[in-house]
Amino acid sequence: MKQSIKVTNLHKSYGKVKVLKGVNFKVEKGTILALLGPNGAGKTTTVRILSTLLSYDKGKVQVNGFDVKQDADKVRSVIGLTGQAAAVDELLTGRENLVMMGRLYRLTSASAKQRAEELLKDFDLVDAADRPAKTYSGGMRRRLDLAVSLIAAPPLIFLDEPTTGLDPRSRKAMWKIIENLVKEGTTILLTTQYLEEADQLADNIIVIDGGKVIAEGTAKQLKSKIGKDRLELGFASNKVFQQAKKAIKNQGVDTNDKELLLSIPVKNSSRDVRDILDKLEKEKITVDNIAIHKPTLDDVFLSVTGKEDK
Amino acid sequence: MASKELEFIKTNKTGLAFRDTLIMIKRSSRHILRNIDQLLGTFFQPIMFLVLFAAVFGGAIELALPEGVSYLSFLMAGIIVQTLAFGSTTTAVAISNDLQKGIVDRFRSLPMNNLAVITGHVVSDVFRNSISTAVMIVVGLIIGFRPQADFLGWIAIIGILLLFTLAFSWLMAIMGVIAKSVEAVQWLTFIIIFPLTFASSAFVPTDGMPRALKAFAENQPITQVIEAIRALFLDFPTENYIWTAVAWCIAAIVVAVPIAAYVYRKKSA
Ligand SMILES: Nc1ncnc2c1ncn2[C@@H]1O[C@H](COP(=O)(O)OP(=O)(O)OP(=O)(O)O)[C@@H](O)[C@H]1O
Ligand SMILES: [Mg+2]
Repeated sequence: MKQSIKVTNLHKSYGKVKVLKGVNFKVEKGTILALLGPNGAGKTTTVRILSTLLSYDKGKVQVNGFDVKQDADKVRSVIGLTGQAAAVDELLTGRENLVMMGRLYRLTSASAKQRAEELLKDFDLVDAADRPAKTYSGGMRRRLDLAVSLIAAPPLIFLDEPTTGLDPRSRKAMWKIIENLVKEGTTILLTTQYLEEADQLADNIIVIDGGKVIAEGTAKQLKSKIGKDRLELGFASNKVFQQAKKAIKNQGVDTNDKELLLSIPVKNSSRDVRDILDKLEKEKITVDNIAIHKPTLDDVFLSVTGKEDK
Repeated sequence: MASKELEFIKTNKTGLAFRDTLIMIKRSSRHILRNIDQLLGTFFQPIMFLVLFAAVFGGAIELALPEGVSYLSFLMAGIIVQTLAFGSTTTAVAISNDLQKGIVDRFRSLPMNNLAVITGHVVSDVFRNSISTAVMIVVGLIIGFRPQADFLGWIAIIGILLLFTLAFSWLMAIMGVIAKSVEAVQWLTFIIIFPLTFASSAFVPTDGMPRALKAFAENQPITQVIEAIRALFLDFPTENYIWTAVAWCIAAIVVAVPIAAYVYRKKSA
């Protein structure tokens, strides 16, 4: 079985609100899939369906070969879930949370305890292990939440915005953890608002909007599909800017009259850039500043999700 | 990260459900022990009620009681049952809290028995209520309560009280699941329990009540439980009270458990 997750023609509505209208995707074993989409696109809904928390209207959802409707319990024993809101027991200590959840995952008490110690160490929670979770900071709670979902070392993990609310250092630490998990063969589905995160971690990315998957591929594929590199030129005065506008007749030039900026798509970066600069040089137009703008997932995101509005 | 091989429990479904329930009882009991404010309330509120009622109503009501029965001895059964009824709302609050806080999502994503979450709260609530009852009886004895029950009588008293608090906790569990917030739980349970416990023989004999109220008070389940306990305490004839009380409690449990399980499953889906 190569696919850890297989979602076919998934439909879900809340009353009259249709949230998912035929979503399809697959996640290969041992890879990370990032699920992107604007607020309210249905990312959390999808994660909740995959983790058996929510029923759906139509379609087929298989997790590790088990049907989430028919074999909910089997699905539950192979998944770990870190939801959008931290779900730890506030009155129990970090250690008690881990051991309890471990036992509920059917681990023997000894195994649960030993595994709890490992995770407390891995997640830098040893000092706080015997304090009630309600005294934890937001970041510590998130870490505990993630640790809890790893207690039985499930082969498949769902992370709904795992790094929201974390400081940059903790975010990097979380990425490291996620990378290590994948190295050990864990399959991960994560949702995120940080496109940089998807770029950094994900093997594959899907963007959902308007109830459907509107783009998918690797970060590289998506970027190259959407945008080319762009050369951005800034000018010191309006006069120079106007001259430059006249001089450059490339296709797809964007002008920003307020900031005196020209943005020119360039295909074959170094040659194209040189040509443009040479031309300006010949006409004695002085460029004040130069920048090369590589397409980011933000551009991809804005461009694909923007279309749906129209 | 997973270094050593993890070992998993292998038993049948019933065994696992039982184990889950024990784990959840442990969790809920820890909640109770760590919630110091609530725990203090558990001790002091019933004591306050007992002492105040005995002092304020004692003189006036004693006249309406049978010869030789002090108001304190009359009151004891009523106040214990009332305290248990109000105490069982803790189950509702705890369940509502779980649902609000999202931890229920976590539990539902685990391969565990779902009802164990509720059973855990119910059972630990029965523990807490038992402590509160014991405290009240001790305080009652200190201020002059002289029960006449023999050994068997005490067994019956304890049995009925346990059954009653179990039944009420299960009923309250339903409230805890269906209420939209903890605040809603509080008023919802209050408007159910307050009339039921006051329109009963808990604090005054029913003889002086208006007709309709009297009819209700004498036949409603809480009065059956109170009368059974009272008769056992005072060594009066228990008539049918024990059996009607037990029947009501069992009926409540039989009805409430599946309903609680059903609404819980619905709510969290
Ligand atoms: N229980 C519910 N009842 C009714 N509508 C709901 C419910 N849960 C979610 N929705 C709606 O479904 C849509 C998708 O919600 P969902 O939480 O899946 O979005 P999301 O992609 O996770 O958004 P975000 O990025 O803000 O987390 C939203 O329009 C939301 O209002
Ligand atoms: Mg979401």
